[in-house]
Amino acid sequence: MLIVGKACLILALGTCLYGIAASLYGARSSRREWVASGRRAVYALAGTAGLAFVILQAAFLRSDFSFALVASHSSTTTPAFYRATAVWSSQEGSLLLWLLLLSLWSSLILFLTRRRLREIAPYATAVLLGFGAFFVSLLVFLETPFAQALPAPAEGVGLNPLLRHPSMMIHPPMLYSGYTLFAVPFAFAVGALVTRRLDADWIRSTRPFTLAAWFFLGVGVILGARWSYSELGWGGYWAWDPVENASLMPWLTGTAFLHSVMIQERRGMLKVWNVSLVLATGVLAILGTFLVRSGILDSIHAFGASTLGVPFLVLIVAMIAGSIALVASRAAELRSEHRLDSLLSREAVFLLNNLVLVGLCFVIFWGTFFPLISEAVTGQEASVGPPWFDQYTVPLALALVLLSGIGPVIAWRRATAANLRRNLLKPAAAGVLVLVVLAALGLGSEPGALLMFGLAAFVLAALGQELWRGVRARRAMSGGGVPSALVALVRRNRRRYGGYLVHAGVAVLFVGVAASSSFQDEREVLLSPGESARVGAYDITYVRPTADLRAASNGRLERIDFGAVLDVRRDGEPATTMRTVKSYFPSAAPLAGPVSRFFDGEATSEVGLQAGWRRDVWTAIAPDTAALLPRVREGDRVFGEADLAPAARDALLGQALAGLVRSYASDPPPATFRLIVSPMVTWIWIGALIAFAGGLIALWPAPRGTPSRVSATYAARVGRDVRTPAQV
Amino acid sequence: MDPSRKRKVRFVVALGVAVLLAGALVYTSFSASSEARTPSQLLTAAAPGEVYRLTGKVEPGYTRRGTTTYFRVRDRAGQGSVPVTYEGTLPDPFREGREVIVSVRRRGDAFVGERGSLITKCPSKFTEQKT
Amino acid sequence: MDLVVILVVLTAIVLLVCAPLRRRGAWALEEDAERAQLEAARDAKYREIRDAELDHRTGKLSDADWRAQDRALRAEAVDVLRRLDAAGFGQGSDPSPQ
Repeated sequence: MLIVGKACLILALGTCLYGIAASLYGARSSRREWVASGRRAVYALAGTAGLAFVILQAAFLRSDFSFALVASHSSTTTPAFYRATAVWSSQEGSLLLWLLLLSLWSSLILFLTRRRLREIAPYATAVLLGFGAFFVSLLVFLETPFAQALPAPAEGVGLNPLLRHPSMMIHPPMLYSGYTLFAVPFAFAVGALVTRRLDADWIRSTRPFTLAAWFFLGVGVILGARWSYSELGWGGYWAWDPVENASLMPWLTGTAFLHSVMIQERRGMLKVWNVSLVLATGVLAILGTFLVRSGILDSIHAFGASTLGVPFLVLIVAMIAGSIALVASRAAELRSEHRLDSLLSREAVFLLNNLVLVGLCFVIFWGTFFPLISEAVTGQEASVGPPWFDQYTVPLALALVLLSGIGPVIAWRRATAANLRRNLLKPAAAGVLVLVVLAALGLGSEPGALLMFGLAAFVLAALGQELWRGVRARRAMSGGGVPSALVALVRRNRRRYGGYLVHAGVAVLFVGVAASSSFQDEREVLLSPGESARVGAYDITYVRPTADLRAASNGRLERIDFGAVLDVRRDGEPATTMRTVKSYFPSAAPLAGPVSRFFDGEATSEVGLQAGWRRDVWTAIAPDTAALLPRVREGDRVFGEADLAPAARDALLGQALAGLVRSYASDPPPATFRLIVSPMVTWIWIGALIAFAGGLIALWPAPRGTPSRVSATYAARVGRDVRTPAQV
Repeated sequence: MDPSRKRKVRFVVALGVAVLLAGALVYTSFSASSEARTPSQLLTAAAPGEVYRLTGKVEPGYTRRGTTTYFRVRDRAGQGSVPVTYEGTLPDPFREGREVIVSVRRRGDAFVGERGSLITKCPSKFTEQKT
Repeated sequence: MDLVVILVVLTAIVLLVCAPLRRRGAWALEEDAERAQLEAARDAKYREIRDAELDHRTGKLSDADWRAQDRALRAEAVDVLRRLDAAGFGQGSDPSPQ
């Protein structure tokens, strides 16, 4: 099967090259059969990539250790779910997944648009197949997933315990879907530039994929933050790490594009800006993929394989150079048709919002690449930390939230100033009220957070007012109760109200972020059983230790768990219990002692988390294993000297470890606890969910309308067409 | 002022603001950044009070007293090593022989690590972890 | 066995990819693109008209402002419809979905 896998990849490469040639030939000679053939090459790519992926997946599930990749990333003791997802825990497997997702999404989109965008589609196909060819070449020539392990080992190394978390396994496919989906608007933008057709049709067809890409990438980013918070022994959800930043940047420019494209749709303006945003988003998506793998920046995520650095760099430079050349040479077609009617319009607010988003992206870009920039400028590598990022992103985030409240309340084209003032009054009052109340309650010590709370209140009030007025208008037009009017209103104006919901979600998310970062109480304490510590308004007591041996699914010993049971008490509230554990996995090193290997391998924390509506209590334990060292060394010595049959040896080892574990439980040394009380963290996840629900509503396709009848009077036809349900 | 002139003025103002902000950004990034140093570089020249980003391997034999860890960081390929005092929990992958990145400040002969700045790099393709 | 699988995959690819090549015919790409562009512009204009009306009903536009905008937008829509008809694309063409 290894041979079949390798062959699939080689066939995939051939298919890509053929498809590029066929599409370009078909486009130049206007022959639709060659264009169709090129499109089918994308389907064929999806098929071969899928087959290669299935072969690899099957090998992982079967624990076929003749596959070198399976031997180095999985083991018989790994649970089935994690064996399946271990495929993309490796460099090679993740590249194959990227290729698969690229080909699947490309196939879907080219299939859905096969009767449209006929001038642009061939070039877009060629670009997408170009990406495909790049990734297949990496897989064929540099990082093959189908290397053979000679001889095939009896047991694999196993999956890194840090990756054993459901959201960690969904995070890469979501993220890669986001990245690969952003390749599609990039490809269609290139096609549009080549054919000089950057018009309403291009917008209409590109927007849904950009929205889908925005959705998936956003989900990927949030899942990563959630994993960091609830799985790592650190207690934070965002560290301004280069790889985190790399996934956020294309999302920011994508968000900017989704807004500014509406301006182009209405006024024929900002064509250069929009096409540049789409191209930049594609470049940033590839850059994000590159950063994780190249090891050029010190990051907690870097996979460290630097052989891929140069090819990716070449691709990125080619993309940037090509984009600039294309935009420059199409300057005539990219001239604006109109100007802004008025600064007091939704278009102007969108323009400002774009500047803020691109500004945010620039700040993050600068900070992320600063080590390389400073080395180039001063010869000395230097880096900036989270405080520097916060200094700039916080004011920009505040501006963004403010704009997201004004946007929904202002009219398109030219708003009536008096009406705008009147409409902003109540929401502004709500914002100021919240500010004053919270300041009175003593939260004024954190002005940034306070301002964010006030702005969020403003936004939510503005959106509520919009919704209420819309429902009222709908009922005035066609009667009905409030719920049915609401449903009808949203159904007929999906983009608008979906967008409003996204803004509401983002406001809630920022409230959570502001509260949890500004009003957090954190302590690291050394506690013995019975002792307690005070964190924020909580008294946390270390009640008793826990110590267990855990077996894997096949009965073999998988890990040792040392943990604690904690009592959490707050004035006036009933006491609750929290548990936290640190798991010690044995090292696979051949020279490790039979007992001490458990403390030489990987360790993971199982965080104790009590999530609540108002605050989270978070804890992680670092047991003092040094105190056990004498007994561990004794165990190593005893086993080294004993001469036993394997079965007896295993049994004795089990008993010895059980004894070790019991001794920890009965006479525990003091353990270090990291205790954090964070307000409103849950609202971050809730805000994200609300935003994604809004995205889904905006994405949802409109129902097909009934055809309008022929009418001689254009005006009458416009009147009639505007009423039909399809015009959503 | 006629409309096109108004537009030009707006554009120039906006551009000016952008340039000013970018300038502020660039300036503060250079002044707020911490330089990357290897242990040997730190031994030769480390101004007290300055924060440096130390990268290197953890030497075998580190000790913990209470919540403080005392460990030495050695050059990736060399002999220079510096002692580091770090307050707080260690990241899960922290091991002897692993590469770490930690922001340190000189205090006398020892270097004190900034809280929460210790990042441990895993030896192979696995993800790494930060405190 | 492996070789058989590889040959099957290769054959499948070739068949899939060559199937359209048997049907020939040049293609009015230009005309299609023109029509799609005008239809998209028309749909966008309709959306603008509806948005303006909703803006008016939710109190963002005064009566006077709305009437002026509505008039302008409808005139622009009529213009697009005229261009559609002039290019021969379309009496009674049904409004395409999003």
